[in-house]
Amino acid sequence: MIAPADLRYTRSHEWIRLQGDIATIGITDHAQEEMSDVVFVELPDLGDIEKASPVAVVESVKAASDIYAPISGEIMEVNMDLVSDPAKINTDPYDTGWIFKIRVNNPDQVNDLMDAGSYVGMVS
Amino acid sequence: MKGCHRQVDKLHNHSHNRGVSEILKLSPLDQEHRDLGARLVPFAGWEMPVRYDSIIEEHCAVRDACGVFDISHMGQVFASGAKVVGWLDGLLTNEVAALEPGNAHYTFMLNEQGGVIDDLILYRLADELFLLLVNASCLKNDVAWLEEHLKKGITLENESSEWAGLAVQGPNAPEVYTAITEGRTLPARNGVDDLKHEGERLLICRTGYTGEDGFELFCPAGQASRWWKALLAEGVKPCGLGARDSLRLEMCYPLNGADLSTCRTPLEAGLGFFVSLKKGDFMGSAVLKRQKEEGCAERLMAIKMTMRAAPPRPGYAVLDEEGNALSALTSGGLSPTLGEGIALAYLPVARAKINTPLFIDVRGRKISAKVVKKPFYRK
Repeated sequence: MIAPADLRYTRSHEWIRLQGDIATIGITDHAQEEMSDVVFVELPDLGDIEKASPVAVVESVKAASDIYAPISGEIMEVNMDLVSDPAKINTDPYDTGWIFKIRVNNPDQVNDLMDAGSYVGMVS
Repeated sequence: MKGCHRQVDKLHNHSHNRGVSEILKLSPLDQEHRDLGARLVPFAGWEMPVRYDSIIEEHCAVRDACGVFDISHMGQVFASGAKVVGWLDGLLTNEVAALEPGNAHYTFMLNEQGGVIDDLILYRLADELFLLLVNASCLKNDVAWLEEHLKKGITLENESSEWAGLAVQGPNAPEVYTAITEGRTLPARNGVDDLKHEGERLLICRTGYTGEDGFELFCPAGQASRWWKALLAEGVKPCGLGARDSLRLEMCYPLNGADLSTCRTPLEAGLGFFVSLKKGDFMGSAVLKRQKEEGCAERLMAIKMTMRAAPPRPGYAVLDEEGNALSALTSGGLSPTLGEGIALAYLPVARAKINTPLFIDVRGRKISAKVVKKPFYRK
């Protein structure tokens, strides 16, 4: 299981990469391993979102899993490549398998989230 | 923001099943599954592998080559006695008297109302010796029902805990069988060989639940690991319950407890082929005869999504063209072979016609679908 040190993590297995006031969000390597075979992603609608709201659904062969906004702000972009190739979430969860981007209201909110060490501790 | 998410599991809720394992039965192959890194899940009172790696890869291995499923959770009930044929014919839908020794057929055990207690494979091992291979989830009820209707001279033996089972499925299964038995060949389709191999009993049945050629191997629990290792050494891919479910759904094989229940008859499920109404009265036959004359109000139909969407899942509502709820899906998923959403649901007969347009409600979104011919997948 990989958990890059430069990302923050949620208890519900999202990762967040903050660059300026733009946060890129996906699901962790651990989450994709647990789900296996992602076959469909219901992408979020653009617009304002509150932290901890369900915004997207990642569907594997066996189950549908909610994805939550790890931070408040405005969803300003979604990864349309996942429409034709949802398995990117399995093969490249931290890069081309990203799901959506939020323009964050308060970048300090990211400090409430786990660092890589804490996340690895939680799932192992 | 999305609306109702009742069908959605939370990732962190199904990540770990620790603590449950103490009360679940373990397969004789439990250690082999753990050694392979299988994801184990509770299933019908057992802890069984749902997958080893990718369900889609396991599914495709069975369609293209060969896979093996641990089916040790299934129940083995032996029935014997001078009048066993007549007794079974009174309790099962298919014609037992017409089943030749050394052969097997699919059949149903019904209640008085014609509802399905269990669907099972009946193996005639000898003139007066039968094996009922039953669903793990139904074993207790099945045995209770059979005992309740037991007649003098019939011996019933539930040997489920003593047996292991492996389903070896895929186009390469016949060669695999020859390789692991140093030269034997499989019995004909639906045939069963009752063998001794290296001093141990071995039942080989050319049956399965995937739509592929293959066989089911039953042996004493202590022999399971030996056969498992021999199969893996031949390159057979270990497959879990996940692939077993997607393979059977592509073939429209019903899953008891989902597509079949004590409130549905085999005729409503579209499985009249396995019901012999000409053989004489049997448990539930009065209801089936009436249904045959009057017609069923609802029938289990195959439904395919006609647009790219989230996979249909059991419980999702089926709507007519005007958006009125008709029923709920009993099974559903993405077909790994076809790449399309496929499902089963009971529909009112007026809608139970090929090409009838429908909608499936996926979390408040109406996804277009239509009734299609069974099965979804043909070789």
